[in-house]
Amino acid sequence: MEVIFLVLVLAIFLGFELISKVPAILHTPLMSGANAISGITLAGAFLTAGMVDIGIGTWLGTVAVTFATINVVGGYLVTDRMLSMFKSKDENQ
Amino acid sequence: MSIQLLANLSYILSAVLFVFGLKMLGSPATARRGNLLSSLGMLIALCAGLSAEGILSYEYILSGILLGSVIGALAARLITMTAMPEMVALFNGSGGAASLLVGWSTLYIGEVSTFTSVTIMLAMLIGGLTFTGSLIAYGKLSETITSKALVFTGQRIVNSLILLGILTVAVLFVMAPAPDSVWLYALLGLALLLGIMAVIPIGGADMPVVISLLNSYSGIAACAAGFAINNNILIVAGSLVGASGIILTNIMCKAMNRSLANVLFSGFGALKQGKAIEGEVKPISVQDAYYILEAANNVCFVPGYGMAVAQAQHVVKELGEILEARGTEISYAIHPVAGRMPGHMNVLLAEADVPYEQLVEMDDINPRIEHVDVAIVIGANDVVNPSARDDVDSPIYGMPIINVDQARTVFVLKRSMASGFAGVDNPLFFGENSRMLFGDAKASISGLVSEFG
Repeated sequence: MEVIFLVLVLAIFLGFELISKVPAILHTPLMSGANAISGITLAGAFLTAGMVDIGIGTWLGTVAVTFATINVVGGYLVTDRMLSMFKSKDENQ
Repeated sequence: MSIQLLANLSYILSAVLFVFGLKMLGSPATARRGNLLSSLGMLIALCAGLSAEGILSYEYILSGILLGSVIGALAARLITMTAMPEMVALFNGSGGAASLLVGWSTLYIGEVSTFTSVTIMLAMLIGGLTFTGSLIAYGKLSETITSKALVFTGQRIVNSLILLGILTVAVLFVMAPAPDSVWLYALLGLALLLGIMAVIPIGGADMPVVISLLNSYSGIAACAAGFAINNNILIVAGSLVGASGIILTNIMCKAMNRSLANVLFSGFGALKQGKAIEGEVKPISVQDAYYILEAANNVCFVPGYGMAVAQAQHVVKELGEILEARGTEISYAIHPVAGRMPGHMNVLLAEADVPYEQLVEMDDINPRIEHVDVAIVIGANDVVNPSARDDVDSPIYGMPIINVDQARTVFVLKRSMASGFAGVDNPLFFGENSRMLFGDAKASISGLVSEFG
């Protein structure tokens, strides 16, 4: 358990480091790209949606899977759609 | 090699891919590949997640994935670029809801330790307030509900009571965690209420801060859910997103010269009034504007939220191209908080095929603004308001602005003489070198384009 706290702190610092260098022009795709990553909850939702005893917990888990999938699929697709529009002068011609 | 070990190794790989993906999002040339890399990381993490011990039935999982994929893909494909801020808010909200539900459903797996129940409580609390907060942000951004700051007397007292209630209920829940605990439902209700109460007092112009903060919350909620179900990749990826959201929030606050607390709690606009401005505005016709533009060597467009509302980005780019073909130097100066989300204007102009080399940041244009012959302000107000620089009594005093008033000539495209979002008078309109081009921004720019044609 102690190791995971170390990892947590390192991940936070890494997040700070990575983002503070991103130019303002890319702030929207950055935000929606990061947002898609937060859909990682999906990996956790599998656990409760896949329980053997079908009950309220399974249903809650299934709704969680649905919401998280919207976040992941929608987030990555919309980010890609935005980024495909950012072109340099050469690419425009 | 056990499945557990294999899953953990996959998690490490996907964490590395997330980090590289985010890093590559830092440059327009590599950003698209970065996003792809990050999505690959997600795929690996999800495959590993599916193989976890304890998952025995897949029907529910698959139907959830199918439904979510269809909704997500359709939303991402069908949404117009101008509606992007509210779409990001909705995706964010669904991430929050997912973390809330993961926390909640963990209670049904079996007995939980005190540590786990604390993390379940946190996942539900942060996930819940991210969910409703994002929904309110969505409403404000799409103007389904008023985008004005909603302030009422006793708001602070109500909010303090909610916070106190959450604290009490949280302690009671953690002491006796159970799926049918009444404190669980109370916690859920209060968390959802807190999300609503936290976002309603924030005005539309402050939305860039709120969106990035909610983005951060959704990461923190995922992190808490990760602790609740003891899954490392949720903890790592969640905290990455949480930290990056905080940084972005901080950048947005700096761009408005306000503290986060000020944005969140003040209900902007209900504050002090700056100096009343007297003077006369000088309107200009499209034709006269054309004569000035024709003689200009250096033209700078300064877009604001009004450009998005008028959907003027395509004609703006057309005018820019005409001028460029005539040998005029063109740039688009973009304030960090112009629009309703971080980088909003950049996305719209990129959609209109403006090459990213021409998109200039505030700090790059200000030192050379005196060499700009014509600055064309399109639906921007507060971000070009000289009061922020000169008038200590102005509510926006201290906010860094694009100094268009120091350009040789300024065209201000404006529907009418109403004040900007913050309700602050703008001395720019009365400036010696300012000319007001009244009317719909799209129609005015189209008029200029046809003058050149």
